[in-house]
Amino acid sequence: MTMGHETPAGDLRLANLTKRFGVFTAVDDLSLTIPQGSFFALLGASGCGKTTTLRMIAGLEEPTSGQVLLGDRDIAGLRPYKRPVNTVFQSYALFPHLDIHENVAFGLRRRGIRNVGDQVERMLALVQLEGYGRRRPAQLSGGQQQRVALARALINHPQVLLLDEPLGALDLKLRRQMQIELKRIQTEVGITFVHVTHDQEEAMTMADTVAVMNAGRIEQLGRPADLYEYPATAFVANFLGQSNLLAGEAAGRSGDDALVTAHGLRFSVPAGRARVDRGPVFLGVRPEKLHLVERPEQVPAGHQHVGGVVTDASYVGVSTQYLVRTAWGSELSAFSANSGVGGQLPLGAAVVAHWDPRHAFLLPRESGEDDQTTPLLDQPPVGVLS
Amino acid sequence: MRRWLADRWVMGAALLVLGYLSLPILVVAGLSFNRPSSRLSYDFNEFTLDNWTQPCATSDMCDAVIRSMEIGLIATVVSTILGTLMAFALVRHGFRGRAGINGLIFLPMATPELVMGTSLLALFVAAGVPQGFWTIVIAHVMFCVSFVVVTVKARLAGMDRRLEEAAMDLYASEWQTFRRITLPLVLPGIVAAALLAFSLSFDDFIITNFNAGTTVTFPMYVWGAAQRGIPPQVNVIGTAMFVIALLLVGASSLRGRRARRAALAAPVAPRPSAMSGS
Amino acid sequence: MSALAHVPTSSGQAAAPPPRRGRHTALPYLLLLPGAAWLLVFFALPLLQLAAASLYDPGGSLSTGYAMTWAVGNYPEALQAYWPQFVRSFLYSAIALVLALLMGYPLAYAIAQKAGRWKNLLLVAVVAPMFTSFLVRTLAWKTILSDNGWVVGLLRDVHLLGPDGRLLATPVAVVLGLTYNFLPFLVLPLYASLERLDPRLLEAASDLYASPLRAFQKVTLPLSMPGLIAGTLLFFIPATGDYINAELLGTPNQYMIGNVIDSAFLVRLDYPQGAALSFLLMAAILAIVFVYLRKAGTEEVL
Repeated sequence: MTMGHETPAGDLRLANLTKRFGVFTAVDDLSLTIPQGSFFALLGASGCGKTTTLRMIAGLEEPTSGQVLLGDRDIAGLRPYKRPVNTVFQSYALFPHLDIHENVAFGLRRRGIRNVGDQVERMLALVQLEGYGRRRPAQLSGGQQQRVALARALINHPQVLLLDEPLGALDLKLRRQMQIELKRIQTEVGITFVHVTHDQEEAMTMADTVAVMNAGRIEQLGRPADLYEYPATAFVANFLGQSNLLAGEAAGRSGDDALVTAHGLRFSVPAGRARVDRGPVFLGVRPEKLHLVERPEQVPAGHQHVGGVVTDASYVGVSTQYLVRTAWGSELSAFSANSGVGGQLPLGAAVVAHWDPRHAFLLPRESGEDDQTTPLLDQPPVGVLS
Repeated sequence: MRRWLADRWVMGAALLVLGYLSLPILVVAGLSFNRPSSRLSYDFNEFTLDNWTQPCATSDMCDAVIRSMEIGLIATVVSTILGTLMAFALVRHGFRGRAGINGLIFLPMATPELVMGTSLLALFVAAGVPQGFWTIVIAHVMFCVSFVVVTVKARLAGMDRRLEEAAMDLYASEWQTFRRITLPLVLPGIVAAALLAFSLSFDDFIITNFNAGTTVTFPMYVWGAAQRGIPPQVNVIGTAMFVIALLLVGASSLRGRRARRAALAAPVAPRPSAMSGS
Repeated sequence: MSALAHVPTSSGQAAAPPPRRGRHTALPYLLLLPGAAWLLVFFALPLLQLAAASLYDPGGSLSTGYAMTWAVGNYPEALQAYWPQFVRSFLYSAIALVLALLMGYPLAYAIAQKAGRWKNLLLVAVVAPMFTSFLVRTLAWKTILSDNGWVVGLLRDVHLLGPDGRLLATPVAVVLGLTYNFLPFLVLPLYASLERLDPRLLEAASDLYASPLRAFQKVTLPLSMPGLIAGTLLFFIPATGDYINAELLGTPNQYMIGNVIDSAFLVRLDYPQGAALSFLLMAAILAIVFVYLRKAGTEEVL
């Protein structure tokens, strides 16, 4: 059997990939290119199709239609064991009846390679598990099992390594360590990593490129900072962190600005931060970009503002999270870092919330949709808080 | 005091019940060293080792034991194969008529042995099949299959399918995956099922009684001897069976425990937390 | 399986992925074929044959052959002749069941909840009797309950038995034998249910003003119901059909329906009557089983 890893690998391309289970479409006409050697994250809530996508790349699921291309070769029809692709499974799937050494050697042995001892030792050293070879998986901690799963896949020098929620079973502290560790190993081996996760922080920490998936489609794809700072859709704006989205109507451009009217107030956003500039839009501002002052005259020049009343203040240590009820009844979120500057605002205080227009963004809105100011699901917000 | 009693009475009652359950075995073991006063006496008379030194003094009995083992082995092999195949189909595949198959497997376990024995007899007589060794084997396979299916099914259903996916992902073909992953992981279930099948077959009396013709298995021998007088060697066989089974159980649990302990102690504990330095 | 059952959800989901479809569609049938065929030919078909035999002309014999005369009258005739044995079978096994519950519940409970590190040892002790031959164990009761044994001696001394009173060859011996022989079948499923019982539930119950008795009645008992029902069935079905205990520990006065069926087929060679009695026994037992299963659901019993 010749494995592809001797030849230059090339990019991983998914072309019009679709998977239906009965009437349910798990993955819907997905096309994307994952450059060779990159660390790519597929981010989404459960059931969004990210794991199905991964399983189709691995060969564990047959696509209903579409192609999986590695370089120029379509591998969509190959059985899993014919693909130069390996997987780190969710909860690892280590073989319980084999010791660590045999787990790691499994792939090499199946390909008829005889003297595997050195390679296994080197791989265990890479994941810092020297001396553990004779143990059984059940005798290792979660973090150690995770590293065995990684070693077992990496030893085969796959062209693409797939990671299915690899850190999901670890506790928070270990997860942080492993994030750094995974990133280090990826840089060291230079293999394309495709990482599926529902944890936005995990995706943003490790990946060069993040694709946010929703309902079988990719909502947005880009560098983590770009996604966060300038989301493309309301879904991304509220799945990745949290946003205050005000329902408004855009009235076209004036110079370098797009003009918006929302709840009777006029705002503007730099044209470069407007996904649309006409028709129904959301005007978005991240809570940490929203600053609270007591009087309108304290608003810095060039900032835009709305007035309101503080209805809730949660002190969470590094910051205080305020809810500010506007005149039209929506509650905006504002995070204020506890940097020692300025005091706490009391409940019921009349405040003015202001922001720099360069931090705002305009997103397309379905007409009829109202303000969205709460995060989707219960994802912990990114940024100052976490 | 009342509290102490309230906490302990359940355990006390349990131990009494266990005593009730163990009493006959102690008696069997004791009687294996007995020289009975007469053929029909069941009382302890005089201590002797003769029964153990000459277990085959009544050669009929030893023939019956050997016949039971032969039947047990054949029935075990056949029923384990049939039952394991069915368990794989039930756990691993979708097919039409699942409810019917489940019923077919469940009913023999819920039907009195008496009814299964008499109905097979009725069939063999109607079909003109002479009864003997092979009709016993057929009957034993029939009632063992269900127990094999249930035992293997439980093991198979508890197995993580991702282990097989992981193997395929690591370049193992379908056959290699079955051979290296599925089979070793299901094997304990299959072995347990085979042991269960053997013990069911070896000990069966009712169904055998209706389908044996003139063939005599060990339980049939004991049944017949109960009318004529029981040779004390029967108790030797009973005690030996018990001791062998107990040793098997003891050895398997000891092996499990030793493996666990050895694995925990063996490797030189590497740096306790290799990662924390980074 | 519905289409939605195949929808893979990603995070935290440990369920097995759906079976691969579209490949080897004949495979499951091939796997099932030998076993299912065996059960059909040697379990289901014989039942039909038994049903047919129960309607044969009662005037025939094994040597002259039986004619199929749809003799439905075999049933009332058999019942009329042997109703005492029928009633006795159900009565003895019911009494034995009550005794077994009184003994088996505390035993299962103690092993599941109180035994700690002795749990496995006690479980082995429950199963251990089954390591040796059923018949040999039953014969051991003959020694234990013998007129010259210490049990009878003790009972005579405390005047629970008259000076000539005996246990062997009485209903007491038969019921004790039935209880003993099938007790492990009751204890094991009961243990499995009770083992899953979280002891904190009992603490919560007593925290919420339940006396130990109420806590048992409202928490322990309902939660052990699946095991209780399965165990009861596993005890009752073989006990009712048993005739070894009645034969070895009793006299013809304690004969159960099994003894009658045995002699009908093997001694009197009256196949139609034996078949009719077998069928009546099965019908009665199945009726009880189905009432139970409606309560419990088949999955838990399997």
